[in-house]
Amino acid sequence: MADGRVVGIDLGTTNSLVAYMQGEAPVVIPGVDGSNLVPSVVALDPAPKDGARPTVTVGNSARRALIETPERVIYSVKRLMGRGLDEVQKELKLFPFRLADDVQAGEVPRIQLGELRFTPPEISAYILRQLKRNAERFFGEPVTQAVITVPAYFNDAQRQATKDAGRMAGLEVLRLVNEPTAAALAYGLDRAKEGTIAVYDLGGGTFDISILKLRDGIFEVQSTNGDTHLGGDDIDNLLLAIALDEIHAEHGVNLREHPSAVQAVRKAAIDAKILLSTAQSAQFDIELPNGDRYQREIPREVYEQLIEQVLNRTTGPCKQAMTDAGVTPEQIDEVVLVGGSTRIPAVRQLVDELFHLSARGKKPHIELNPDEVVALGAAVQADILAGASKATEELLLLDVTPLSLGIEALGGVVARIIQRNSTIPASATEHFTTGVDGQTNVAIHVVQGERELAADCRSLARFDLKGIPPMTAGLPRIEVKFLIDADGILQVSAREQRSGKQAQIEVKPTYGLTDEQVETMILDSFDNAEADFAKRLLIEGRNEAESILAKVEQAKTSTAWAALTIAEKDAIAAAEKHLAAVKASDDLAVIREATVALDRATQRLAELMMDAAVTTAIRGKTMGDAGDELGEGPSAPHPMAPAEFK
Amino acid sequence: MLKVIDSAVPVACWSCSVAHNESTLFCPHCSKIQPPPGSDYFSVFGLVPRLNLDLGMLEHQFHKLSRKLHPDRFARASESEKDWSLADTALLNDAYRTLKDPIRRTEYLLKLHGAEIGEEHAGKGRIDPSRVPADLLEEVFDLNMQLEEMRMAREAGEKDAALEESLQQAKKKFDELMDEVERDLRAQWTAWDDGDEAARGAAQKTMVALLDRRRYLNNLVRDVTETLGA
Repeated sequence: MADGRVVGIDLGTTNSLVAYMQGEAPVVIPGVDGSNLVPSVVALDPAPKDGARPTVTVGNSARRALIETPERVIYSVKRLMGRGLDEVQKELKLFPFRLADDVQAGEVPRIQLGELRFTPPEISAYILRQLKRNAERFFGEPVTQAVITVPAYFNDAQRQATKDAGRMAGLEVLRLVNEPTAAALAYGLDRAKEGTIAVYDLGGGTFDISILKLRDGIFEVQSTNGDTHLGGDDIDNLLLAIALDEIHAEHGVNLREHPSAVQAVRKAAIDAKILLSTAQSAQFDIELPNGDRYQREIPREVYEQLIEQVLNRTTGPCKQAMTDAGVTPEQIDEVVLVGGSTRIPAVRQLVDELFHLSARGKKPHIELNPDEVVALGAAVQADILAGASKATEELLLLDVTPLSLGIEALGGVVARIIQRNSTIPASATEHFTTGVDGQTNVAIHVVQGERELAADCRSLARFDLKGIPPMTAGLPRIEVKFLIDADGILQVSAREQRSGKQAQIEVKPTYGLTDEQVETMILDSFDNAEADFAKRLLIEGRNEAESILAKVEQAKTSTAWAALTIAEKDAIAAAEKHLAAVKASDDLAVIREATVALDRATQRLAELMMDAAVTTAIRGKTMGDAGDELGEGPSAPHPMAPAEFK
Repeated sequence: MLKVIDSAVPVACWSCSVAHNESTLFCPHCSKIQPPPGSDYFSVFGLVPRLNLDLGMLEHQFHKLSRKLHPDRFARASESEKDWSLADTALLNDAYRTLKDPIRRTEYLLKLHGAEIGEEHAGKGRIDPSRVPADLLEEVFDLNMQLEEMRMAREAGEKDAALEESLQQAKKKFDELMDEVERDLRAQWTAWDDGDEAARGAAQKTMVALLDRRRYLNNLVRDVTETLGA
């Protein structure tokens, strides 16, 4: 294909993936370490002594850096995308990171990472660049076009921020696809079915429900609903709160005063949660700073009573989505489960009841890995956009806008111009006039949401219509066209009808970067030069080799190293020696193979180091100054959650 | 206001320069996508304005056109083709959304024929007493009292089961009245579609009144639902 490949990317809260269409089936592209999931964690390497800009690492290696330099690591940045200063401040109470201290109201908040500052789209861009590189490595050719998935309930600003991140990473984002819709595509591919499908998507931080009608290869979304602050994190927090309260009551130790210990208990809570999806009970067994042990058994029954309130919050959106689609549970032919949290048996039970499944002899679809299904669907959509493929030529996705679009009218009331669940692209034309003689400007405030007052909706942008010819009040007739494009992003154009002049519009997005700002944040402009491509891959391969060698060397001074067996140490030494010998060669494949071998050999070492850090944290010894800044809160997600579990 | 297309103005295809009708989405000669036509929603589907529509056919046509027009089909086309695909698809979607819904379709067609149709009310407690349909005057008066009582009870943190029940009953009744209006509307459709000019005029007048009544009922139902659900 002359235009090159289009890849599908799932840019997740906890993990990200890149996939492509291999013939007739979508396939996830593994990273250099062989893992399909790239943890959505970004770390800034230690600052070089020569004052050069420190390099950025992404994924599993960044996760490891969390132990040594937590003040230089950021995770779950998706929660900050497209958000304003006040929202980020609220959200950051739950995170160990800090806002840059020079952030002004009205600008996109920047996060302090080591000595540098980054906006959330920049952090996401690093993750995207890593995925892009993984794909380039895999294909041996440049990848410049992608489809990226977003939660269906993402608003305009969150979508725009995601697109900006793509541009900064050197990717032309051909389409943003809603995650549940992508999942439906992944499932719908191998079954030429007709009918109504519900996609229930409960991830780490967000919940989406979408109802689709499938017919002749057309996936027509009927309605969507959700909650951008509901997911597995909320369950972790419940377990965490119980453990902390009990430790305080029974042992007189208030771990809440030791934020790093809180993070360690959280890891135990996450482990317990995951175990409880298969086992009938799980245990907390934590050594406390005063030498006591906190031991607690959590039977499945107790756990399920506990999480009921969280899971029940998905009920309302599901019912509303069915009402909006005009269907009853009996009319839903298939239910697809997406997101890691749908592994919880109680979630499956709830879904069964909501859609009357077992009563009708039906089961939800769980055949595809819930962590991968969204990326697979994105790859299908990428193939549709690339065109000229037999596998997808009959497929077409018709999605909807999740939130109503309105303009602020007199008295702060919202006049709705595009209703939620309208098929996109969708448009509305409105007319405006002046209120004062000779007036040449008209201000328009656009909001998104279902509430009646503009103040209760989310402000999207303020538009200033300028250059209106001076006329008697009420005489100018300015036609403004609002158009929501196929990505769910608003476009506006205006025309003064009496003079026929194209009115100038000055857009002030309430939350977001300007085009010029995005331009300055593009990561490496040379990234796409095809001539340098092979050279670049080789340099990257060598850098990766150097970086892992340095990390292994450093790890040898840790207590974890002492815990390894002789055989393990020998295996590491052999892999190290081999990599050191080949790292300067010109054969990329050989360097890469040796890098992967060393990474595999040190897997247990990395795990031991993580465990050691956790134990240290619980005992109250700080992991360094930054340990004290680790946050604690009702819904802080945890980067130490396993990146992959089957 | 919506633009009514009065005559077919010939324009030329941007790609093959063959002249074609302004209302076409594709060039009949070279099949290339064209800039959005200034046509009404019916002609997007190649239909004459009618109220009785075969919804199955409409959906079929919608899917067929979507396959050809959707931006997904133009991801790698020229910038202008991308823009036209976006604008054409928005027009198609707006048209389908309007025509598949019986109420929106009726409102749209009547507006197309110059009827003045009021806008939806926004905001609570905005029931305008001067617009109350005469036969509902007494009930609306009672309902407003009950709604006020309910809101006050809510604010005081009390629960009045009898009042709630009575409001549920009222909602049910207004829902039924809405259904009745829709039946009456549908009864006028054929008169409009097949009648002569006089019959059309009469049907139009009746329908405008019915739509006003329906909008009024709709606001009532929404107020009750909101108050009950608050």
